[in-house]
Amino acid sequence: MNLLYLIGLPVLTAAALLLARSKEQVRWISFAGSVAQLALALALYFAFRQERAAGNTAAMLFDQTWPLFKSLHINFHVGVDGISVAMILLTSFVVVSGVLVSLNIEKMTKEFYFLLILLSLGAYGFFISLDLFVLFFFLEIAVIPKYLLIGIWGSGKKEYSANKLALMLMGGSALVLVGLLGLYYASHGGTFDLMELSHLGIPADTQRILFPLLFVGFGVFTALFPLHTWVPDGHSSAPTAGSMFLAGISMKLGGYGCLRVAVFLLPVGAKEYANIIIVLSSIAILYGAFATMMQKDLKYINAYSSVSHVGFSLLGIGMLTHTALTGAVLQMVSHGLMTALFFAVIGMVYDRTHTRMVNDLGGLMKMMPFIGTIFFIVGLCSLGLPGLSGFVAEMTVFMGSWENADLFHRIATITACMSIVVTAVYILRAVGKVMMGPVTNPVYLTLKDANWNEKLAAVILLAGILAIGLAPFWLNDLVRPATETIAHQILQVTK
Amino acid sequence: MPSIATIALIPLLPFAGFVLLGIFGRTALKKPAGYLGTALMLASCILALYTAYGYFFDFGKIHGAYQKLVPFQMTWLEFSKDVSINIGFILDPLSAMMLVVVTFISLMVHIYSLSYMKGEERFGTYYAFLGLFTFSMLGLVLSSNIFQIYIFWELVGVSSFLLIGFYYDKPSAVAACKKAFIVTRFADLGFLIGILVLSYYGGTLDFGTLIARLTDPSSTQMQAAVNASFLGASALTWGAVLVFIGGAGKSAMFPLHIWLPDAMEGPTPVSALIHAATMVVAGVYLVARLFPVFAISVPGALHVVAYIGVVSAMIAAVIACTQTDIKRVLAYSTMSQIGFMMFALGVSGYGGEAGLGYSASLFHLFTHAMFKALLFLGAGSVIHFVHSNEMKDMGGLRKLMPVTHITFLIACLAIAGVPPFAGFFSKEEILLAASRGNTGIYYMALITSGLTAFYMFRLYFRIFWNKEAGHDAHHGKEGGFALLFPLVLLALCAAGAGFIPFGEYVSSDGTPLHSEFDPVFSIAPVALGVAGILLASWFYLRANDRADRVAASLKGLYTAAYNKFYIDELYLFITKKVLFNLVGRPAAWIDRNIVDGAVNLVGNETVAFSKLIKKLQSGKVQQYAIVFLGGVLVLAVLFIYIWH
Repeated sequence: MNLLYLIGLPVLTAAALLLARSKEQVRWISFAGSVAQLALALALYFAFRQERAAGNTAAMLFDQTWPLFKSLHINFHVGVDGISVAMILLTSFVVVSGVLVSLNIEKMTKEFYFLLILLSLGAYGFFISLDLFVLFFFLEIAVIPKYLLIGIWGSGKKEYSANKLALMLMGGSALVLVGLLGLYYASHGGTFDLMELSHLGIPADTQRILFPLLFVGFGVFTALFPLHTWVPDGHSSAPTAGSMFLAGISMKLGGYGCLRVAVFLLPVGAKEYANIIIVLSSIAILYGAFATMMQKDLKYINAYSSVSHVGFSLLGIGMLTHTALTGAVLQMVSHGLMTALFFAVIGMVYDRTHTRMVNDLGGLMKMMPFIGTIFFIVGLCSLGLPGLSGFVAEMTVFMGSWENADLFHRIATITACMSIVVTAVYILRAVGKVMMGPVTNPVYLTLKDANWNEKLAAVILLAGILAIGLAPFWLNDLVRPATETIAHQILQVTK
Repeated sequence: MPSIATIALIPLLPFAGFVLLGIFGRTALKKPAGYLGTALMLASCILALYTAYGYFFDFGKIHGAYQKLVPFQMTWLEFSKDVSINIGFILDPLSAMMLVVVTFISLMVHIYSLSYMKGEERFGTYYAFLGLFTFSMLGLVLSSNIFQIYIFWELVGVSSFLLIGFYYDKPSAVAACKKAFIVTRFADLGFLIGILVLSYYGGTLDFGTLIARLTDPSSTQMQAAVNASFLGASALTWGAVLVFIGGAGKSAMFPLHIWLPDAMEGPTPVSALIHAATMVVAGVYLVARLFPVFAISVPGALHVVAYIGVVSAMIAAVIACTQTDIKRVLAYSTMSQIGFMMFALGVSGYGGEAGLGYSASLFHLFTHAMFKALLFLGAGSVIHFVHSNEMKDMGGLRKLMPVTHITFLIACLAIAGVPPFAGFFSKEEILLAASRGNTGIYYMALITSGLTAFYMFRLYFRIFWNKEAGHDAHHGKEGGFALLFPLVLLALCAAGAGFIPFGEYVSSDGTPLHSEFDPVFSIAPVALGVAGILLASWFYLRANDRADRVAASLKGLYTAAYNKFYIDELYLFITKKVLFNLVGRPAAWIDRNIVDGAVNLVGNETVAFSKLIKKLQSGKVQQYAIVFLGGVLVLAVLFIYIWH
């Protein structure tokens, strides 16, 4: 399959949007474009499987190269492995449902959708890039729309949040850029090519300097503690689809970068800094969970719980075992679907009740059984109930972490495990207060359940969550060979 | 041997009911929901009986011993070449017996609910949840992989959450279901870490391989697990104790029992399901499943099981004597009886005669399922009739509710251990095993069984005797066929189940255990039981103030027991005061003010700094000229005097 379709499709959609004459046209073009993205992602998945089943064991499949700047050895090099395919699938699910829940946007509709599509373009480009220059280019494409989405369509103290998010992410990008340039010069011949760099064996001293730059830079995107504070503000001010994209896609760019660039290319650095990553992520997991417990705004609850949940990804990366790395990727996919769905239902509740304060809400299950049920299911996913994706990912991280037998790793793993109790506390508190109990406000009695588009959006994301939760083997089989390549890099360092 | 599909359908039929009724139960299938759910359950129950019958009498026994069969297994999630979560079925005496218990009790509850829950607005949803609960429990008992148990374990937890919180607009129900879930989740944390420990040393998650490796002193895995020690205990002991903590949470063992009495907020048939056949025996099942590891490799952990069991049995019995809500009395009695099962496992050895406690424990699990389901369903019938849970609103109901009365009496006799009812046989075996294993535990158990007779007959007399009926509320009719049929059927089981030679079928190592009935040994327990009944009748047969006077004279103890020894308050203090105020609040504050404060500080300082230096770019030519002049002067001075 030609990977350029993944870039071409959003570009075409965006161009079509510019030509659209009415809001209706804008909506349908975006919807059709996003459905096409989903179809394309699924096609890619099956093509990938077929290729693997046919015995193609190359690290990267479907790769293509065009020279961009010959003199600087910069090429437009794309290709995918299991991790990228998983991320592309995730992105396409989130994009469709994000478009669907936004059908009621009236303010500057065309611009809104244009930015959503642009963001998806950045994400796909990022996930297929095998040249770090191109990768960085797409990373930046994915940042700017977020600033505008929050600043224009947001709510609350949106200017502050938009600034904060953009500045912190730009700061992260700056670190990444320095790191990438460092890699370029460390490669002597001067290359940005990911696969070439991975074979070079960069000197340990250089790795020690570059690893923190790249890991922290990408880490900002994925809410690495203590650089996570853009998350609560950013999410709470963003429009529903903005939050969904932010948590479901943008934060994954960071996790993917940490794994694909920092750990894969700089295994020595990864080993040396692993303990720091573990400490930071265990803190994030438990401290994020405790901080969530005290939040009163539903979006803050989900934002802090995201800090806690992405902590599992980072913990998995820090643990450096094959299983833990796999768990980290599974957790990225699972968390992306789950948080997107959570933000979607929070948006549905907010659109109807005009409040997100847990204490003002109550007994909504009676009027909105569909929304209530989805809210409950996604809550269960968040607290790691078997049958839903969160369980699979978390357990894989735990099993992988436990493979490190010393006391330090044990304590970190147990700390992370403890969060399953705290998560249950805050999720049940939110569900119990918002959906169950007596109806707190007679106005709510007249509220309607979800519309078709909201239902469809929820069902699509839920399908993803269930597909992973009930039959995790397909995703596991997809991801494991790819993480093995990374684990192999790390193993070679030990030898 | 039945086909794989036959076995698979046992859990999948209730699951199909859950899916169908979960999606259409509010709309298209609302009316026939009850019949649909019950029909599926009936089919599942028949298949379970067929499978269990085949196992016990046809294909299960090879060379005189019951085998562990794993007819089906598939890889669900692979961690490494050896370690993977597999979903499969295990067939051994334990699981075959549990299949029968779970499906049978669940079927009774399904039938009973046809009448009891009639007219309920969310009737379809109710049956959907029952289906989910039954499915989870069946999946749990069939598990062939320790992680599979954990998966269904959690599903049992969530379905009990749904059922306890079924009346979700009642704040007390919401509080109760949250409490049940969170307390058991806390225990599950222990279970999870236990799994991690055991699987790390065992190098597998598969039950068969795991048990084989961890009970063989010559295996490298076992040696590693025994030699690795942490805080004075071996890794294996830690693993076993941690897994037991999970079991103690689900089985409401002290001090993790606090969720059980509150769980009465659910509809009464649900209580029957949770307390008789499903959730609470999961812990016993778990210990029984890993029993070889406990008994052979880590006797220390088994002692923990024994003492926790007997202490829970005793505390619960004392509390049960003082409660006035009939469902709460039954809840504490459940906790007490589960305690019996636990310590029976705890005092047991592995294999042959030494394994008496193991058989006795599961025997008691079996008979208890029958009479406890009966008690709860009977209590439901009473509550349905008087519209109250409180003893003070009852009394003299024996003539108004004859069927409920007789069946309830049978259940009380069974649980009190009066021969020849079912509870007598199983409790005798437990006591016998305890007397052989640990004298201290034996005496505690003896006292507890006397207390059991007392509080059960206190309950019985206060519902059906005590004062004469004649309140306004009491002019209803006892329920119809659907309500009474399960009572009668269960009463027959409660009366007759004791005659099953249980040890022949279910024993610790699969070889039949012939238990001898020893009349001399039975004198003490039966005498104590009868004494308890007589004491209860002296207090409660007729309305009088004897009980109040005794309670007044035992003021301190009575108040403490009435308030459940203030364990709830202790938990409340820890969660509210310590976790929320000392951990949660500071974490949230630090995040907003220190971590984010630092971020804002950087931002603000940058702005302040740029404000400072922006004066250099003022656009005023005169200012530039002055600065330029100053710069030239400085440079001139530097060139002339320093660098020349």
